[in-house]
Amino acid sequence: MADVLVVSEHRRGELRDVSYEAITAGRELADARGGDLHVAAIGGDVDAFAKDLNRDGVDAVHAVADGEEFDHNVYQSAVGALLDATDAGAVVIPNSVNGLDYAPAVAEEHELPLVTDAVGFEYGDGLTVTREMYGSKVETTVDVDGDRFLLTVRGGEWAPAEGVGDATVEPVEVDHPESGARVTGFEEVGAGDVDIADADVLVSVGRGIEDEENLELVEELADALGATLSASRPIVDNGWLPKNRQVGQSGKVVTPDVYIAIGISGAVQHVAGMKGSDAIVAINTDPNAPIFDIADYGIVGDLFDVVPELIDEFA
Amino acid sequence: MKVLVTVKEVAEPDDDFAIEGTDIAASDLEYDLNEWDDYAVEAAVKLAEAGIADEVVAVTIGPERAEETIRMALAKGADRAVRVWDDAFEAGFPDVAAKVTTFEAVVEAEDPDLVLGGVQAADTGFGATGVALAERIGFEHAAVVNDLEVDAGAGVAHVHRELEGGVEELTDVDLPAVLTVQTGLNEPRYASLRGIRQAQRKEIDGTDLADLGLSADDVESALEITSMYEPESESDAEIIEGDAAEAAGRLAEVLREKGVGA
Repeated sequence: MADVLVVSEHRRGELRDVSYEAITAGRELADARGGDLHVAAIGGDVDAFAKDLNRDGVDAVHAVADGEEFDHNVYQSAVGALLDATDAGAVVIPNSVNGLDYAPAVAEEHELPLVTDAVGFEYGDGLTVTREMYGSKVETTVDVDGDRFLLTVRGGEWAPAEGVGDATVEPVEVDHPESGARVTGFEEVGAGDVDIADADVLVSVGRGIEDEENLELVEELADALGATLSASRPIVDNGWLPKNRQVGQSGKVVTPDVYIAIGISGAVQHVAGMKGSDAIVAINTDPNAPIFDIADYGIVGDLFDVVPELIDEFA
Repeated sequence: MKVLVTVKEVAEPDDDFAIEGTDIAASDLEYDLNEWDDYAVEAAVKLAEAGIADEVVAVTIGPERAEETIRMALAKGADRAVRVWDDAFEAGFPDVAAKVTTFEAVVEAEDPDLVLGGVQAADTGFGATGVALAERIGFEHAAVVNDLEVDAGAGVAHVHRELEGGVEELTDVDLPAVLTVQTGLNEPRYASLRGIRQAQRKEIDGTDLADLGLSADDVESALEITSMYEPESESDAEIIEGDAAEAAGRLAEVLREKGVGA
């Protein structure tokens, strides 16, 4: 029961970074519980993945060669089989789009208390998870009853595991039902006239712009600065700008020299797409907006007052 | 075909808020229909308008206050609504399994072919109820759907799942299924005045756990929120002071130093 099982994640032949971060989280948990750390590689080139996943602190890698890409039935069945075959009572899964497509089903099937989107935890008498609520405005600590549980961990919160471990690699065969959800292909979205990832300077607009016709204001600023226009998710959801302008987890990851966030609160999914920018400027009315946590320069003020003045400066 | 839409009334804190105990003070919270669920309602109503769905039923777990929210779903075109509440939910923080147990009982009574709900709730952000419900009731599922086409004859939903990094996965999902809906799937309508008037006459079936054949023990939570606090700001931003003109002037200096506008 003391052991911990981490499930890795890959797409199109590559392990995703959050897999190594989940290993770090899993190792911390295994140390606190006095157990071993098991890591599962499910689908794709599991032999190559098993080599990469054998990092410091990993005791066993379980290689489930079954299919190429993510299939939630295979993942759910494989985790179930590994819960039976090992002494693992704690499961750690990346809090990703695919993680959320099977982790809740695993928790449900095996009656494991579920806490998603963890940004930290402590393990003493039991598990206490730190997670955000109310759109990152507050953090909470959540106590979990019992010593069996499933935890999904947010990307970028734990350092990736490094080094080379001395894990055993064990092939595992898993029976699973024929899938009632069949992947037929993948589609790249966000192609188009401009690649915001190439821009040196981005003027990026968010919900604070309020109305489609107000976009002219930020377009004018982008022109004055010789910058490229990008946006946060709500602007694209509303159809005000095309998908290829979207910065964030489900859009583009950008690393310009200067990123100017206008009326963007800085939700975690947005920040994931722009935190690597060399310099970040934020203009927002809410002094508590999370965007100021990662900004280098901030103006707490109304964009409709500040942006026209800024355009004048460069006119 | 019958579509069940799960909706949640979510709380959004004001810009300035106080924390009392393990939650934000009620006076600093505004309530609204969860943004993700708004897209799920729209998807369901569209299926009805296309003649694919015969009936759209909205279901929520929420106190009496939530009637306002569920009436929004009715005003937008849901045919009727079920609201479940019980003292047992007041006591603590319901975990995913507790919500699933409640929805399972509603699914048994309603017998839908398709269940739609938002990917996550804006306040608690668990993002798990839909997929866990699918497992419990033996439906197929897909999470984070941002494109949906239902072929009722073939019993298949053709969906796109929005993965990270601008990639979508195209998947065929056998019905019956639970789909969790991402924002951007469609353009949620505003309720029309006619819709709002009609919603006043539509039925909201208020039930408690006993009505559903459940007891407080069935929804006992394994989770407890033990503290809530504002995270310490990690900001080392230079906050530029002054009125709009002064602040813009200083920012222009900074930007020019970095070679912007040169």
